[in-house]
Amino acid sequence: MRILRHPILGELTGLKTVTIYYGDQPISAVEGEPIAAALLNAGIRVFRKTAKRHEPRGIFCAIGRCTDCMMIVDGVPNTRTCVTSVRDGMRVRLQDGRQ
Amino acid sequence: MRNVAAEVAVIGAGPAGLCAAYQARSAGADVLLIDENKLPGGQLFKQIHKFFGSGEHQAGVRGFDIAKALLTRVAESGVRVKLDSLVYGIQPDKSMGLLDAEENCLLRAEKVVIAAGAKENYTPFAGSTLPGVIGAGAAQTMIHINRVLPGKRVVMVGAGNVGLIVSYQLLQAGAEVAAVVEAAPRIGGYGVHAAKIRRAGVPIYVGHTISRAYGGTDGGGDCGAGAGGVEHVEIVRLDENWRPVAGSEFTLDADTVCLAVGLSPMTELIWMAGCRFEYIPAFGGHVPLHDHNMETTVGGLYVAGDVTGVEEASTAMEEGGLAGVAAAEALGYLSASAAARKKAEIAARLNSLREGPFGDARRAAKEKQLAAMARFCSCEAERGAV
Ligand SMILES: Cc1cc2nc3c(=O)[nH]c(=O)nc-3n(C[C@H](O)[C@H](O)[C@H](O)COP(=O)(O)OP(=O)(O)OC[C@H]3O[C@@H](n4cnc5c(N)ncnc54)[C@H](O)[C@@H]3O)c2cc1C
Ligand code: FES
Repeated sequence: MRILRHPILGELTGLKTVTIYYGDQPISAVEGEPIAAALLNAGIRVFRKTAKRHEPRGIFCAIGRCTDCMMIVDGVPNTRTCVTSVRDGMRVRLQDGRQ
Repeated sequence: MRNVAAEVAVIGAGPAGLCAAYQARSAGADVLLIDENKLPGGQLFKQIHKFFGSGEHQAGVRGFDIAKALLTRVAESGVRVKLDSLVYGIQPDKSMGLLDAEENCLLRAEKVVIAAGAKENYTPFAGSTLPGVIGAGAAQTMIHINRVLPGKRVVMVGAGNVGLIVSYQLLQAGAEVAAVVEAAPRIGGYGVHAAKIRRAGVPIYVGHTISRAYGGTDGGGDCGAGAGGVEHVEIVRLDENWRPVAGSEFTLDADTVCLAVGLSPMTELIWMAGCRFEYIPAFGGHVPLHDHNMETTVGGLYVAGDVTGVEEASTAMEEGGLAGVAAAEALGYLSASAAARKKAEIAARLNSLREGPFGDARRAAKEKQLAAMARFCSCEAERGAV
């Protein structure tokens, strides 16, 4: 959910949006934001499956330090989606285990 | 491999690195400030609360306003800033591997300041790897930097200052906080923060912990709806020996668990450089030895901010300033007397930041760290004399 109004940070206006794809699902994202933010905003929080038990996992640190948020981005696996910005037409896929 | 050189290289453009770079540059040194993020400021831009302390520590000013002022000063001083660039390795001779955007470079500097910050701790429990279990700092980043709410109903684990402040910030952003749970028998953070969230109707369970998080099991399919993750959180009371009390469990509906269970210094580069460390739990684990100039056991390698022991943004800025002054002095840009004057001013401010019920433990920890450095230096001197 986008926080459009905030008591201290004020109102968000004039957002430029782009479209990215989670699998085949189109998702509207704000230009320049990290992929992880766009996915969470769209209610998606399963980013990958763990290597041994294939359990779902999403973000943990959101600042590029834990690698929990890795996905396959435009064909490149192990991409930290919390520190990688969206680009119009970008394709992100769930990553299963190590690649 | 392209060569990159500077008199002073500062790794990390958080509050510590910004102040180090500013001080060294204003004394006249050529300074290169590097950060892997696309924006400088480190964790400071997500700190929207007003700072504590006295006027000279910018009390009453919000973190992001302090960050803006700092960035302006750094830009005007002529520091060279390299963003989107990662220092991935360092040798004991201080030569570094730098990824400048995608290009691999060799970075050399006479003086190096490492100000890489800290990372959030994790704690295991049943279901702790489910999507929806995130760091409290991650929630802060999502809300204040990306303006995205990470969850609608949150259980906060940990009632230290980070847990309390982020709980309040979640409420401000429009989320519900179902509860704050704290394993210790009392709240760890400031009473004013606890009072604020209690007034908003959030229960704080001390002597309790999270025992289980569970919920959607479909995992979202192979790129399906992306559901899956936390839906329920089980909480349990702890006895005086911190053991769960059977039968005391209760369950709350929540889609998100925020862990506010401490930070650990990001010391990887400092280990790699061959610096000596001391284990100081109050500072978040192993921390590099350093002297009153913030210089480590590797000559010309300085540290500042959370990497030297997790404290707060105000101490990080002062430590950064100290490292910057010391590096400039060592390069001959400041006379001994001018440097001594600046360092004494900073030391006085650092001392006053390490006072009071919360500061005393940090002051004791810092004294222990400095004493370990002094021991190391006298051993080295003895060895040299033999
Ligand atoms: C998520 C989070 C939230 C926090 N919130 C609060 C709060 O609300 N209130 C509070 O008082 N304290 C908070 N803290 C504590 C906080 O760490 C300090 O307040 C302060 O920001 C520490 O400053 P610093 O300069 O040491 O580190 P940071 O501000 O973390 O800056 C370190 C910088 O170094 C960069 N870096 C690290 N390694 C490399 C590398 N190898 N190459 C290039 N760049 C690198 C990072 O990208 C980062 O920008 C928080 C910490 C975290 C991690
Ligand atoms: S969530 Fe930790 S690296 Fe992205």
